[in-house]
Amino acid sequence: MRKIRVLAAKPGLDGHDRGVKVIAAALRDAGMEVIYTGLRQTPEQIVNTALQEDVDVIALSILSGAHDYLFPQVMKLLEEREAGDILVMGGGVIPEEDVPAMKEAGIAEICGPGTNTQDIVKFIQENVKLS
Amino acid sequence: MSKSFSEQLMAWQAGVDKMLAKRPERKDEFSTLSGLPVERVYLPGSPDEAYAADLGLPGDYPYTRGVQPTMYRGRLWTMRQYAGFASAAESNRRYRYLLEQGQTGLSVAFDLPTQIGYDADHELAQGEVGKVGVSISSLKDMETLFDQIPLDKVSTSMTINAPAGILLAMYIAVAEKQGVESSALRGTIQNDILKEYSSRGTYIFPPKPSMRIITNIFEYCAAEVPMWNTISISGYHIREAGSSAVQEVAFTLANGMAYVQAALDAGLEVDKFGPRLSFFFNAHSDFLEEVAKYRAARRMWARIMKERFGAANPKSQMVRFHTQTAGCSLTAQQPTNNIVRVAFQAMSAVLGGTQSLHTNSMDEALSLPTTEAVTIALRTQQVIGYETGVTDTVDPLAGSYYIEHLTDEIEQKANEYIATIDEMGGAVEAVEQGYIQREIQEAAYQYQRAVEEKERIVVGVNQFQSEEKPPSDILRVDPKVREEQMAALEALKAERDGKAVEAALGELREAAINDANLMPHILTCVKTYATLGEICDTLRGVFGEYQAPTTI
Repeated sequence: MRKIRVLAAKPGLDGHDRGVKVIAAALRDAGMEVIYTGLRQTPEQIVNTALQEDVDVIALSILSGAHDYLFPQVMKLLEEREAGDILVMGGGVIPEEDVPAMKEAGIAEICGPGTNTQDIVKFIQENVKLS
Repeated sequence: MSKSFSEQLMAWQAGVDKMLAKRPERKDEFSTLSGLPVERVYLPGSPDEAYAADLGLPGDYPYTRGVQPTMYRGRLWTMRQYAGFASAAESNRRYRYLLEQGQTGLSVAFDLPTQIGYDADHELAQGEVGKVGVSISSLKDMETLFDQIPLDKVSTSMTINAPAGILLAMYIAVAEKQGVESSALRGTIQNDILKEYSSRGTYIFPPKPSMRIITNIFEYCAAEVPMWNTISISGYHIREAGSSAVQEVAFTLANGMAYVQAALDAGLEVDKFGPRLSFFFNAHSDFLEEVAKYRAARRMWARIMKERFGAANPKSQMVRFHTQTAGCSLTAQQPTNNIVRVAFQAMSAVLGGTQSLHTNSMDEALSLPTTEAVTIALRTQQVIGYETGVTDTVDPLAGSYYIEHLTDEIEQKANEYIATIDEMGGAVEAVEQGYIQREIQEAAYQYQRAVEEKERIVVGVNQFQSEEKPPSDILRVDPKVREEQMAALEALKAERDGKAVEAALGELREAAINDANLMPHILTCVKTYATLGEICDTLRGVFGEYQAPTTI
């Protein structure tokens, strides 16, 4: 089986990248190929990179509270570009009561503070669609 | 007791007596709850030369035991809670509430567009306006923010870096409208760009012009805003990004050395700007290591300033620092436990001799803090300050074998890092090469693995978990804030003198190209109501923007 390809992405202006870098390292250690976008990515840039790099998974991280606008924006663009089969996950400071709306928008799972990286690895392995 | 130390002690005592005549301590006599008298400072039985060299007396070089001779017996630290809400008007209400509750200084949180130099109507500001702090696009917003707050009476800390000079200029302009001269202003701008590249991410320009703007601010403030802390050299975010305590000290002081060197290279005198350098550290969970960390940082900086840079003014040698408890230690699980974590962390900062302190709120792993949570956090400081008695003698943990050992160890290990950074050519080069970023990342990943393998226990996260229902009472930012800010900007642009704005921005551009001090020109710009975004765009046009290296 080929390696799972993951785009780790920081949408918005938030500069807190400890979490996304730790996740990137953990996924890499679990045998996945990880591309990290760096900071301050617009939803358009993230979707473009995801398509160019032909990734299976997008892991979004926001700690500024802008997830309510930016996460659905990414999902909308993926839909428009007919890339709805990419597994999208979100992390950061996401209040519990926002989770239903995020899932409604198509985010497969929200991983808040304290999530074990092995649980994330397992979730990806079980839910990714490798075409 | 060595002769030289007994002479030092006598001189110190004379200095204290003189100080007390002017400003007495909080009480005439201090005693424990059982009535035992408490002395100002305790010393070993017979202090030798090693003691004098490494520890000495509080308020004396190398300041290991504190920067003032009486510390909290004279005055408690400044209790300063960082806050900023969506709009300037709402933030203004919170500041006035906090001042009424006995808070003694303001600390302004700006939203991300403001921190990165975009107006609220910029495309990249979508979804971000007012989210992590107040949105300031022009002097108009700043006038609202400090409405009815007398700027000669409060000290204000502003967490602003890349556009620090612009926000400071706005503060000066607001003060002027209140009839307060810039020489009476007290406060701090963070203004520490190097840790933005390595840890916090709100950079705009490349390192070289950024360092120039910072030295411009040093120079301008030395003449015009002499009581202002022109920089807060911050280990806080380095630690939050995942560094160890040793790395926090090492990278922070290495950054500090880069600023000092840049200012010297620009022709400034070390004792002119040195006294206004301040620091900002994290208070993390390893209680005794944290206490030792602050003591080590003080001793190291004193030695660096004196020995390396030839600073003679004691104020240039002192680490005066703000502390904030560790946001990254807060758990989303069982959030009330965070009150206890914060209390211990705050206590370590007090035992380490902090000058001001922010205690985090229990709900910050979930969202911005509610008023109730902020109040508990402030009360935590008040309990430490007024009930625990640790404030009645200076540096109470000195002489503990463990604390002194850790203080020495941290100094030594941090010096090893600094030597490595020196070899690379200094902190600017180390950041440009991604060295500091990689060191921090590696430490963060090691820590995460230790937690997952239960080598480190985090209560409620990997041990002692319990079922709980998610909190419902969390603070939310109204998405309408951006629309309101956009409408206000449109109105502002229609009513201001467009020609004056254009002329001021043109002069700023010239100054940027010609290597003049930018501050007077920025001040002129903000007074014409040129927006933050317009000023930053003008500078972007000359300086370009920073492109971060990939480190993973």
